[in-house]
Amino acid sequence: MSIVEIRNLSYSYPGLNKPALTNVDLTIAKGDFIILTGPSGCGKTTLCRCLNGLIPHFYSGDLKGDVIVTGLSVKDNPTSKIAQHVGFVFQNPENQLFALSVEKDIAFGLENLALPRDEIRKRVDRALDIMGITNLRENAPYELSGGQQQRVAIACILSMNPELMILDEPTSFLDPVAARNLFEIIYIFNKELELTIILVEHRLDLLCTYANRVIIMDKGKVKADGIPRDILSSKEVLSLGIGIPKVTRLYNELRASGIHLGDPPISVNEIAQEIRKLILND
Amino acid sequence: MIEFKNVSFTYPSGAEALKEINVKIKDPDFIAIIGENGAGKTTFIKHLNGILKPTRGEIYINGLNTKKASVAELSRDVGIVFQNPDHQLFCETVEEEIAFGLKNFGFNKDIISERVTWALNLLDLTKYRKVSPFMLSGGERKRVALATILAWDPKILVLDEPTIGQDFNQKDKLRQFIIQLTSQGRTVIMVTHDVEFVADCNPKIIVMSHSRIITTGSAREVLTNFDILSKASVIPPQITQLFSQLSDLDLPQNIIDLYEAKQLIIDLTKRRLDNESL
Repeated sequence: MSIVEIRNLSYSYPGLNKPALTNVDLTIAKGDFIILTGPSGCGKTTLCRCLNGLIPHFYSGDLKGDVIVTGLSVKDNPTSKIAQHVGFVFQNPENQLFALSVEKDIAFGLENLALPRDEIRKRVDRALDIMGITNLRENAPYELSGGQQQRVAIACILSMNPELMILDEPTSFLDPVAARNLFEIIYIFNKELELTIILVEHRLDLLCTYANRVIIMDKGKVKADGIPRDILSSKEVLSLGIGIPKVTRLYNELRASGIHLGDPPISVNEIAQEIRKLILND
Repeated sequence: MIEFKNVSFTYPSGAEALKEINVKIKDPDFIAIIGENGAGKTTFIKHLNGILKPTRGEIYINGLNTKKASVAELSRDVGIVFQNPDHQLFCETVEEEIAFGLKNFGFNKDIISERVTWALNLLDLTKYRKVSPFMLSGGERKRVALATILAWDPKILVLDEPTIGQDFNQKDKLRQFIIQLTSQGRTVIMVTHDVEFVADCNPKIIVMSHSRIITTGSAREVLTNFDILSKASVIPPQITQLFSQLSDLDLPQNIIDLYEAKQLIIDLTKRRLDNESL
């Protein structure tokens, strides 16, 4: 079953004559874990803004084509309605946290939905628990570390019970260990809560083992779409200047020198196994 | 030259963000500062142009004690590009944004125009000259912030997380540009979590953890020291991890570079073929 249907979508920001998106067609299945990547300025963030209705309800400009998310046409439904189905986590958690305690920040979205008090309490507790931040309940978001803030931001979104979660470079401000932990939590959402994930990211080395699909954009168009292993080793993608993991690049370099190592690797373990096989001849 | 003499810094909240920092950075040099979230990296660089002054100890920038100099004075020599470009962009167009600092330093009109054109061109922003910075993507805004600082050509350039939102090509341009700056006698200090970028750049490394400098050394020494990296929440580069996993195949354990790794594996396969033919 598809959760997103995009048909012939084009969009230009007001005042810019260059379109940000040109004739995008895309279907996303329920349960997909998608990495959305591409060169700086390629239209990734713009595409995400079309999925939660920020375009066209917040950004004006020229929108053509159809965007249907969880069965709702984004053009014909207000963002408040779409927000109940689509959660959006921004790059910098500072930009979305504002309350004086973590608990109040999580409750804010739920209060706006006018949910009963007990239901709000239940959902806040659950989101705190899933994100492992129950101990931060009373803390002010601004006194937390970047990694903790990003967990709070995700808890806010999670409490709304979205079907689709979009994360725009959520680990930019995190150290590598915190980034990896966050990807693991998102992966668990994807598997256990059957939450569809669209994750915008440049650093693919930490991420590509979690996703089942990579979509690469360039100049407002979808340039490649498929499973990470195939996409990351394709020549066309290399020429776009995507941040291919080092082990995949090493595989490509060795192949160019006449050394063939089985299927393209997307992790250190995979290429280590292949090299061992080659050297030990088994 | 930058010199920290026994520097400690405590925020008004009581959090001690720097503890007994002693470090000397000579010109020109290229330094990466790595470490976990909250290690004190950003607090460290805010001391370089006097935004923060040490609670204890002294800092000298080219002989000037930062306690006795204004931020304006120090900024002429030390340009800092902060992590979040939205904290430093505010003008109506990219062009005005870049000209702003130059005007404040009192450059004449011709030089301003020349420097603005140079910086736009260098960072691939010429097509956005008349566009509002807030219409640009995150990665593009980051480049505008860099252009505003580069335009006045500070002797010491400090970059806080310069690779955020940058694609592979932009990162490679940034790397080449940093190397060019250091060859012209400039010093570049970058704070980053992007360990693969550090491996590509091969700078000297300062590792911070829990408000202290826990080690300094070459990229090769530091990035292959798994104990130190783990203390600072840094995951080793993929190439280093790979060679560690293959340590039983008699491969060296101090490898961070992709092309060096490639040559070693090619040599290893040749040795195996030679052994077979014996």
